Amino acid sequence: MFFTKGLEAFGNYCTLMWRSFGVPERWKEFFRRYLNEISKLGIDSIPLILIVSLFIGCLCTILIKLNMQSPLLPRYTVGFSTREIILLEFSSSILCLILSGKIGSNIASEIGTMRVTEQIDALDIMGVNSANYLIMPKILGLVTILPFLVIITMVTAMFGGWAVCYTGILDPDTYIYGIQTDFVEFDVWFALIKSLVFGFVISSISAYYGYTVKGGSVEVGKASTDAVVMSNIMILITDIVLTKLLLM
Amino acid sequence: MIEVKNLDKFFDGGTRQVLHNISAKFYDGKVNLIIGQSGSGKTVLVKNLVGLFKPENGEILYDGRDITLMNRKELKEIRKEIGMLFQGSALFDSETVMGNVMFPLMMFSDMTPEQQRERAQFCIDRVNLTGSADKYPAELSGGMQKRAAIARAIALNPKYLFCDEPNSGLDPKTSIVIDQLLWDITHEFDITTIINTHDMNSVMGIGENIIFVNKGHLGWVGTKDEIYDQDNEDLNNFVYATDLFRDVRKYRRQHGYTKTKVEY
Repeated sequence: MFFTKGLEAFGNYCTLMWRSFGVPERWKEFFRRYLNEISKLGIDSIPLILIVSLFIGCLCTILIKLNMQSPLLPRYTVGFSTREIILLEFSSSILCLILSGKIGSNIASEIGTMRVTEQIDALDIMGVNSANYLIMPKILGLVTILPFLVIITMVTAMFGGWAVCYTGILDPDTYIYGIQTDFVEFDVWFALIKSLVFGFVISSISAYYGYTVKGGSVEVGKASTDAVVMSNIMILITDIVLTKLLLM
Repeated sequence: MIEVKNLDKFFDGGTRQVLHNISAKFYDGKVNLIIGQSGSGKTVLVKNLVGLFKPENGEILYDGRDITLMNRKELKEIRKEIGMLFQGSALFDSETVMGNVMFPLMMFSDMTPEQQRERAQFCIDRVNLTGSADKYPAELSGGMQKRAAIARAIALNPKYLFCDEPNSGLDPKTSIVIDQLLWDITHEFDITTIINTHDMNSVMGIGENIIFVNKGHLGWVGTKDEIYDQDNEDLNNFVYATDLFRDVRKYRRQHGYTKTKVEY
């Protein structure tokens, strides 16, 4: 029963995505909505990202320093480990887990409210492909802006780690030396590739839950929660798959 | 004209039949009402008519074109001839009244932005919302939202106008204003208007062609002048559900009004 339902939901999700990715009715209107989504989903998330990244960068540095007190380990290991954590996992996966709460619930509740107030039916009656009109700009908008948010996260988190060194836990120059040690450029590309996939996962899953909601405001709230939970699960699963594919 | 022939609609994987062999005609340039109690299948019938649901059996002919046989592209073309007023107005929250009315023009017309604005303003003026063009739906009363939705529905000069419970949630006076507006628009622009309602005041005010749906079956067809004196128990239970209409029946009987012959 659970398997059949899951399979049915996956089929519906694929059908919705198929309907979403068509040629827009009016390119001008599509670009207006696309830019609006970039602003709403991406630019508006920058304050949250800055705060979270700054503090996580600080915490990473402090905790690594506390747990690496061995005289056998060079001091720059703190900077090196902070960089690896930030580039490989925090800037993409953890950031997207955080953003799925904000963006995922936003998308699911917006589209869900449009569904229960018959605004989507109104679009369909007019002859507009509602899936294409509503969902495609959100997916493309988030996929476009998320790599930039990842770069902002990387820079801010590493800056946070450097700034906390001035409290006396580590020499800032040693930290800088650590984050430059054995730098592999592909780690940055790895994070950016993951962000593209996660952007699609968050926006498409949340749009699916919003678009297929039935009932009233209670169901919209439930759809928002389900969208965030499912997005998080799928981010974690795809994270493992991508790590295995790209790094091993 | 829209004609429905032998329409059946099932839900729950074919286990629950909601519409049973419905056949009816909706005439051009007239206000056609679909009436019936809540849960009788009115909304399902309307959603079949506009193509939001696909019936299991039967035909839905728009001037001879069967929409049940159309593919998505053909259906999209015919939908450009349809305007619809939803029960909850269904205005786009993020757009002003002007934005809402301009939306179908922007998506489907070849007008310049100035012409779109001009046409939208005409529709807004026509529904007496002149001063509210820059307001958002949340700033409007229920009646004003309905009028804005009517303006949006007529923006593309539709041939067919569907209205799902246009008076729900409105006070009697505002309901009369909306009914009158729908009547005027129907005759002014020669639209085939189909209204789904259970409001007897609307029925008596604007019902030129009335289709009574009862438990998913076609219960009766006639006009507002014929509806009072029928030997149809289900119809009479619906019509005379309120004291007001029971008093009307009493008055008519006391004053010797005779039954009207009806052709089904």
